[in-house]
This record gives sequence, C-alpha cells and structure tokens, in this order.
Amino acid sequence: MAIIETHGLGYDYIRRDDDGNVSGITRAVNNIDLEVEKGEFIAVLGGNGSGKSTLAKHINAILYPTEGYVLVDGKNTKDEDSIWDIRQKAGMVFQNPDNQIIGSVVEEDVGFGPENMGIPTGGIWERVEESLKTLGMWEYRKHSPMKLSGGQKQRVAIAGVVAMHPECIIMDEPTAMLDPSGRKEVIRAARALNDVEKVTIILITHYMEEVIYADRVFVMEKGEIKMTGTPREIFSRVDELKDLRLTVPQATSLAYELKKSGMISLPDGILSEEELVREICRSYSIM
Amino acid sequence: MSIILDHVNYIYSKGTANEIKALDDVCFEIKDADFLGLIGHTGSGKSTLVQHLNGLLRADSGHIYFDGEDIYDKDFEMKKLRGKVGLVFQYPEHQLFEESVFKDVCFGPKNMGLSNMETEVAAYEALKSVGFPEELYYVSPFDLSGGQKRRVAIAGVLAMKPRILVLDEPTAGLDPEGREEILGMVRDLHDMQQITIVLVSHSMEDVANNAKHILVMDKGRVFMEGTRSEVFSRVKELEEIGLAAPRVTYIMHMLKDKGFDVDITATTIPEARDSILKAVKL
Amino acid sequence: MMDITFGQYYQTESRLHRLDPRVKLAGTLIFIFSLFITQNISCYIIATIFLICVVLLSNVPPLMILKGMKPIIMIMLITVLFNLFLTPGIPMVSFWRFTITEEGAKNAAFTAVRLMYLVTGSTILTLTTSPNNLTDGMEKGLGFLKLFKLPVHEIAMMMSIALRFIPILMEETDKIIKAQTARGADFESGGMIRRAKALVPILVPLFVSAFRRANDLALAMEARCYHGGEGRTKMKPLIYKAWDIRAYVVLLCYISLIIIFAIYNPI
Repeated sequence: MAIIETHGLGYDYIRRDDDGNVSGITRAVNNIDLEVEKGEFIAVLGGNGSGKSTLAKHINAILYPTEGYVLVDGKNTKDEDSIWDIRQKAGMVFQNPDNQIIGSVVEEDVGFGPENMGIPTGGIWERVEESLKTLGMWEYRKHSPMKLSGGQKQRVAIAGVVAMHPECIIMDEPTAMLDPSGRKEVIRAARALNDVEKVTIILITHYMEEVIYADRVFVMEKGEIKMTGTPREIFSRVDELKDLRLTVPQATSLAYELKKSGMISLPDGILSEEELVREICRSYSIM
Repeated sequence: MSIILDHVNYIYSKGTANEIKALDDVCFEIKDADFLGLIGHTGSGKSTLVQHLNGLLRADSGHIYFDGEDIYDKDFEMKKLRGKVGLVFQYPEHQLFEESVFKDVCFGPKNMGLSNMETEVAAYEALKSVGFPEELYYVSPFDLSGGQKRRVAIAGVLAMKPRILVLDEPTAGLDPEGREEILGMVRDLHDMQQITIVLVSHSMEDVANNAKHILVMDKGRVFMEGTRSEVFSRVKELEEIGLAAPRVTYIMHMLKDKGFDVDITATTIPEARDSILKAVKL
Repeated sequence: MMDITFGQYYQTESRLHRLDPRVKLAGTLIFIFSLFITQNISCYIIATIFLICVVLLSNVPPLMILKGMKPIIMIMLITVLFNLFLTPGIPMVSFWRFTITEEGAKNAAFTAVRLMYLVTGSTILTLTTSPNNLTDGMEKGLGFLKLFKLPVHEIAMMMSIALRFIPILMEETDKIIKAQTARGADFESGGMIRRAKALVPILVPLFVSAFRRANDLALAMEARCYHGGEGRTKMKPLIYKAWDIRAYVVLLCYISLIIIFAIYNPI
C-alpha cells in the first residue's frame, strides 16, 4: 500500500507587494505524480531551487497544493480534520539543526512532539527513552543542545520526530550544514531507521554519495521530476545529470571518464569504489 | 607578500575551568601566490587560526609577521592588515546589510578610507571579478538566491583589494553546481590576479582539486604540511585524526594492492584516469 | 565564545532546587510583600532568620548570592544617602550644611536592609530554579489569568523559546561583529552618532537572522504538531509533593508572624 501519493501536484508561490496585491507568481512544483510504498528509502536529488523542499513541505501538510492533491496514508492533506494526523504520520527533519530544536534540554525537546499529541506523561517518557536510544543519544539526554555537535543536534531532531511514531520521515537536506563526520552520522541514522524500524524515509539532498543506498531516486529540476530509477540507473546517465546541475559520486565519475577514454568494457552506473576496482580487475587483469 | 606564524599559542576562556588550548605552538609560512588548503576536523583550530591571520584574534604568545613586520608591534596598523588579508567567513551572506548589492560591496573599501570615486571603482571591479551580473547591482541583496548572495559577500571582501584571501568553507550549503562555481571563481582570482588563497574546507576533493599546498590541523597543532601528493599519500595518519584522502586516492590504493602499477599519489579524477589508463596500457 | 547563564541559574542539588517553582514564586512574592508592610526591628529580625534559613537550604555559595548585589550598589547608595540627609526630625549629628536626624538614620538603615533583602530574595529564586522550570511554574501558577483572556500558555512558550535562543543569537552577534570587523568596520572610535551608525551593519544582519530563525522554528513546531496549549500534555508536569505543602505551611507561618509583629511590636 502506498504511504504517500501525489496526483498532478502543482504549487504556486505568490509574492505580494506592500499593499497586498499580487506582484508575481512562481510555479515551484509542477505536475508531480509519485507513489511511495511503505518501508521504502527514497532519495530526492536536485539543485537549489529545483522545488524539492516545496515538495517535501506538501507531504507534511505545511503547504497545500494549488493544483492536484497529496494523500498521506490515504488521507488528503487538504482535509483540515486530518492535518494533525498527517503531521504525526509524516514527520519532518529540517536543514538547520539550531532552528528546529525547541527544548533547552535534549530530553525535553524529544518530548515536545508527544506533548503536542496529548500523550499521557508516562507514555511521553517511554517514547523519549526509546527514540533517544534508537538514535544513540540517550547518554546526552540531560545536555543542552548548544553543547552538541552538528551531527548530534540533527540526531536529536530526528529523535524528536521518531518519538511521534511516524510511518514516514521526510528529511529536507539534513546534512547540508554538517561536516563530513556529521553527515555520516545522520545518513547512518536514516538507514538504520529504515532497515530496523521499517520507517519510510524520504531523503532530500544534493550530496550524491548519500543516495547510493536508496531504493529509488527522484531527480528534480524546475519543479518537475525529470528522472526516476534505482541509484544505478540514475548514475549511469552522467551526461543528463550534468545538464541538471548535478554531479555523480567520485567512483562513478572516474568510471565514466575511464570508459570515455577507451575502457569500454566497464559497465554503466558504478556506485562504489570497491565495485570500480572489481570491474577493472575483471576486465584488465594483468595476470 | 607573506605571512609567517612563529610559535603562536591561543587559549580560549583563559583562566577559567574550561580553558581550551585552541592553537598550540603553531609555526608555518604562507608564501606569496600560494594556494593553501587548510584541513582538519571540526574543532581542530582551523577557524581560530584564520582569525589570527588578519588580527581578529590576538595570540597569547608568539609572533605573526606580515611582510616582515610584526603585526603585534605598537605602531602596526591593524586596519591596513584587514584590507590586505581578506577574510571570508562561513556563510558570509549572513553579513549583508545594505539596501543594494553595490552599496554593500562599497562598505569595505569605504572603511579602508578610500575616496568615493576609488570606492566605487573597487566595488565595481570586485563584482566583476566574482562574475556577478551587472543588471543586479542595484537590487537588494536580500532578494538574491543563496549562491548569488555568497558571491556578493565575497566581492565585499575582495573590494578591499586584499593580497591574501582566506575563505572559510566557502561552499558550505551550496548545491554541486554552486560549489563548482564558487571554486572556479576562487581559482580565477588566484590565476588571473595572483591573489594568495587560503581555502579552509571539509571536502578533500575540493582541496585536492585546487590547492598547491596543504596544511593539516589537529587539536590546535600543525599535524602535517606539504604538497598535495605528500599529504594525501599519508592516508593512515589522516584517518587517525578523523580525516580521509580524496575518494580516488583510495581507488588507486586498492588497484595497487591488486597488482596494478598505478600512481597512488593521484588525488584528482584526471590524474587517476591517466594513471589507470597507463597501467592497463590503453 | 560567550557563556551566559541567563537568570543566573546555579546547578546543584538542594531541597530548594527540588521545590515546585510555584512554591518558590509564591514564596518570593510573600517575602517581598513582608518587607513592605512594616518598618519595625522585630519584623526585620524574623525576616533575617527566614532569609538565612533559605540561603542555607539552597546550597548555593553565599558569595554567589552577594554577587547579585553588585548591580544595585549605586542605587542603594543613593537611596541611603537621600534618606540619611533629607529626612526631617530630631537632629543627631550635624556638620557643615548637612544634618543627620534620628529618623533619617533609622530610615536609611531600613531602606538599605530592605533593598538588600529584596535582591537576595529574588536572586535565590533565579539561582535555584532553571529558566524552564520557572516558565513552567509561571504557566501553571498564573493559569487562572486565562479567565481574563490572557494567553498564559503562549507567553510561557515565548519565554522559554527566547531563553533557548539567547545563547544562539549571542554567538551570531559575535560572528557578525567579527565578519564586519574583517571588512574594516570600526566600532570603537568616533562620537555617539558615529558609534550608533556603526551598529547598523550588525543590527540589520542580526534582525534578518532572527526572523529567519523564527520562521524556521515556527515551521518546525508546526511540523511536530504544535497547535497551542489546547489538548497538550506535559512531559514534566508540576505536581505538589508533601515537601511542597510543608513549604506552603512554613510560608503561611512566616507571613502571619510578620503581620502579628507588625501590629503588636514587642520590642
């Protein structure tokens, strides 16, 4: 069963001047049809301004479609009665770790969502403990978020969403402001949630290395989905990606260059370093 | 034009219980027209170090010589140094404040005491050299896209005509094309105007693709220093302090282990490609 | 980096720390009230004993508490001097143009003690109550104001968010100052007007950033199902314990004693 469905989704950003008159309309996303199954790990790629954040905000019912509709677990986001249900089912993690942590103590922040849902006190504590342990942040529960590293803050933010027991978590460029080790922490956490807890993950990013673990990749440009497929399918189309302001992982890029220079027996869409080395060994062994 | 750091020490929250030694006996030289990559784990002292280069932070002990002059001398003009050593902070677009792009870029040269005419010429040249479109000179900087804002902010520093440009994570938060645009612009500044560049980055690929020399910091100390291939050939040591070599270097190491005669000091994709092609005799 | 503990909370274990913030708020108000209803020595003796007991119970080093006095030393000095020299009455000492009257001396002494106790009392409140705890206490303790259409929950939420963002904005200010200094900005020289003008390059980016953060935070809160105080449960609800009830009894005894002594001054 699909956890998320969009049909002909379109959204206009309307700018208004000081008097409230419409001064410009920008179509941020256009005609998007997609279906995400329960338990999938989806990556959404796209340059700045490609509409990927706008799409994300529709799934969490923060924005409402101008055209078409979005269904989360069968509920229409336009239906006002189900808005809190949808926000609980589809949690959202944002880019800036500082601007999404509400509590002054880690455990209080994680408890914020369950408090809003009206969970009884005992239940809140259970959820806080369980989600902080899942994210490996239990020992930091009494800390002030100020004293944590970027990766740790982002894990607290994810724990805050996990404590609401969502079916699906949308991560809107959660690694964009982190250093390499923080990025690894967050991606590892996302993969573990997907593998172990079977939470559907929609990861929005522009770091190519982060999408190779996804089940499916959507590539967006100018508000539309331009490519869909497995990471291998997507990364075998290097030239198209370049046209969409994107790059490919280093190993893929090197393989592509080698192939262009004559090593024609290398397959398309190599994702990892090990794979590239294996393929070179197979075709060009000096033995 | 060079900067020499001579046994520089800096301690945060000195005299309190949470004293941190941010710089520990740092010695090195930035030579004229160099392109230096500065790498290190978060908290290794990189940011503290770059703030010493233009006198924003004052060392607790040690000396810094700019062009042979001790910058801690009483009659040394700190303001002049700030113009000569341009420092672009992380997310520099957060410092924009004027009502138009052009006015914002004028802020630096005006502070340097240039006349109105000179200021405007400097601002114009700076915006030109970061490739900022002329038709947007008079719009509000707050209406620009993220990448454009960052260009304006860098132009704001360039307009002071620095001889050394220090950039702290200039590509943070940008998409791949935005990153490449900024790095290409920095390369141009170095190649065309011979500006000395210090690039602080977390991306080994960015450093490998651009820097001539690399300085590695760890726990406030200079951990390693050398040319690109010298530094990145010491993969094991880099990993010990939580860093890594560029991904292609790992591929080269793996191929070498499999018996291919490849150059393990290759750090960029073209270098790796050429070396592999040679090894498989194509 | 600046390390500011807003409201000067002092982290330690003590009976006073564990006390319900509502009791502490009420206690502080009662103590302040007690200082104003009387001016006789016996009342002050009781207040002094009470204050000493509270300080001992708080486990906060007395020096910490005295530090809280620093900002008001000037005000204290001025009020004491005014009282000392400008109160009419029976002359005690007089030199040159000044006369100190008996009433003046008494007034000055009382004012000094009263001000000191006032500050000490409220300092102990902030030293023993974490900012979050304090806002919780205010939200629940002042809950009855909802009857007068006062958005008590919203105000408390605003206060706790402000407390969370103060250190972030301080750090941000520091960064902006450095970035503008790197562009040759000068915040130290020049007259008043020039200095005020020099603040523009700091204030504009700071406001822009504060608004951006506020916007982000509002989105993040909505995404986590925040919809005001209605139907919201508490992770750390405030529940009175036996110790809190006993504290209320002590407070009641204290204020009754003060009132009795104020009416029938035994000394």
